[in-house]
Amino acid sequence: MRVPNILLSRTLLIAAPIAGVALTSLLLSLMGVRTLGVIETTLLAMTPLVLAATGECLNERAGMVNVGLEGIIVISALFSVYWAEVYGSGLMGLVGGVVTGMIAGLLLGVLGTYLRANQIVVGMGINVAALGLVQYLLMAIWAFPGIHIFPRELMLDRIMIGIFGEQISVSPVTLFAFAAAVIAHLLLFNTKAGLWIRAAGDRPEALDVAGINVNRLRIVTSVISGGFAGMAGAFLPLVWFGGLVKEISAGRGFIALAAVAASGLNPLIALLATVVFGFSEAVAYSVAITPGVKEAVPFYLIQMSPYILTIAVLAALVKTRRFPRYLGKPYVRE
Amino acid sequence: MVSAEVVRAAARPQRVRFGSLRRALRGLADSVLASLIGLLFGAALMWVFGYDALGAYAVLFRGAFMDPEGLMESMAVAVPLILTALTFSIGVRAGLFNIGAEGQMYLGAIGAIIVGSFMTVPVPFHLLAATASGMLFGLLWSLPVAVLKLARQVHEVFSTIMMNWVAYWLTIYLITYFLADPSRAERALPVKETARYQVIGATLTTVVIPALILALASYLILWRTTVGFEIRVTGSNIEASRYAGIRQFRVYLMSIALGGLTAGFAGASQVLGRPPSWTVYATLGNVMNIGYEGLGVALIGRNHPIGIIFAALFYGGLIHGGRFMEFYYGVASEIVRTINGIIIIALSVPELASLLKSAVRRGHGA
Repeated sequence: MRVPNILLSRTLLIAAPIAGVALTSLLLSLMGVRTLGVIETTLLAMTPLVLAATGECLNERAGMVNVGLEGIIVISALFSVYWAEVYGSGLMGLVGGVVTGMIAGLLLGVLGTYLRANQIVVGMGINVAALGLVQYLLMAIWAFPGIHIFPRELMLDRIMIGIFGEQISVSPVTLFAFAAAVIAHLLLFNTKAGLWIRAAGDRPEALDVAGINVNRLRIVTSVISGGFAGMAGAFLPLVWFGGLVKEISAGRGFIALAAVAASGLNPLIALLATVVFGFSEAVAYSVAITPGVKEAVPFYLIQMSPYILTIAVLAALVKTRRFPRYLGKPYVRE
Repeated sequence: MVSAEVVRAAARPQRVRFGSLRRALRGLADSVLASLIGLLFGAALMWVFGYDALGAYAVLFRGAFMDPEGLMESMAVAVPLILTALTFSIGVRAGLFNIGAEGQMYLGAIGAIIVGSFMTVPVPFHLLAATASGMLFGLLWSLPVAVLKLARQVHEVFSTIMMNWVAYWLTIYLITYFLADPSRAERALPVKETARYQVIGATLTTVVIPALILALASYLILWRTTVGFEIRVTGSNIEASRYAGIRQFRVYLMSIALGGLTAGFAGASQVLGRPPSWTVYATLGNVMNIGYEGLGVALIGRNHPIGIIFAALFYGGLIHGGRFMEFYYGVASEIVRTINGIIIIALSVPELASLLKSAVRRGHGA
């Protein structure tokens, strides 16, 4: 099964999602779904994906794999709410989430380099531990099982932006996420640091000869990746949901990982992929709440769409991608 | 030639030799050490929040292992864990990271309910048919993973996780719309009396017997058949397996399909062999997370079917004993899952025990 070349051209890669999104929006508005609402939800849904994917692009370029993004998102969401309540500020909550993520990234970084651990196993360990930890901490801190609603004033404000002559609300975190993806792209392909990062994944021995500590560089990217995932985790309760539930991430960490893999570790293309995933999630929500539509399409089936779409995107693109030679493999000097 | 050596090494008959015994002991040391690290982390976590960690662990282990009732309950918890751990370890043996047991076991439960609750089958075959149906559903749900891997090179971590989520929503959908118990809408219709395994004691049923047989069968398949040999060669050295002319297609398909069968049986076991519900709740409460927990069980059991049986009993005991901890000391029993995660992380480090030994030696200034 070969994919014809036209399907892989960059123009089509960019045009297809845009056309798909536009077409679906048109269809939805004909069905009576509020388009602006869909755009707002898309922006919300894609933000954690963009954040986690951007950090992970850098990380995987350096040869590290963080399968624990999911767990980091979950646990950072919890600690961000905890910090926000302790310090009485949503912004401090965001910082708390980032710090939590960075600590988890440091753990993966050290284990995956100096201790030569299997990074996928570490990541899955983080996921399993985080799922249990969230439920334990919900009880230990707030003495209530499975869910916690925090005061509304701790939520981070959104700003209004004019688009197509109408106003939509956007979180500054979303704008930061977009900027981060662009900066990560520039960093990777236009700076010396980016060259080092790419060398750490593809030619670690060359980087070593050049006098750069491969392991230390990988730990740095791992911490960065963890921090971004932590911000993604903080975003969910503090900007979007206004509360914590134990399965708050719902596979977002893995969808972000899928976006990274489908993009061939390219932050801007990963950004594009998250638009598609975020949009499909937003469509799922809108369909589920719009009268006249929600009766026709079973809620549970529409919930599957982001995951099915993820599989489809991976099936279409992954085979054509080239990944760093030392992806997920510890560097041992010979 | 390294590759030829590996092929020869894998081809050697597996007799108990001192080398392999030492290797097994070293593996055991790693598992014990990792479990201790996990338990210590759990204790620290309890201590931070002002719980009595020692007392909590005392009731945990007493409740889980010290009386026949508790031991039987721990075994009942262990049964599905053995099966999902087998799924993961059969994957690892082929070099795959198959974490699809979670979704495959949901589907396995659905398959068991369809035959067990809604079909009339001659009595002696009902239980058998329901079990087989569960395994078949698990198998079917695993096949896309193999197809995506072989035809499109989609890494199994992605495909299995996404399939797990699709399975989650599909299962809730099926229970809510098609399989619901008319008298209690929050669950699927319980299976008929004729499709239930006999209760031995506590919630342990005779389903433990086929589960153990499956573990033994996976051991025999992996170490006594050609397919098993090919799976292990591919897992330990993919270059060598190519060199030996082993068809990856067959290896991956077999490994993923076998995993689907055992995961499907895990789901079926929760329905056909676990009182008092004999069904699945629409929240999936009684099947959820068993697939992911199987990962930890497989690692503690060194990805060996026999090791997995003991690891599952240990972890099943933690889960069951965790209830006592919650009851007497107010510690949320989910902390056990955190301990499992820490054990997994500890076991990700190769040669954990010998690493610690050399660190200690260095610490003494030798």
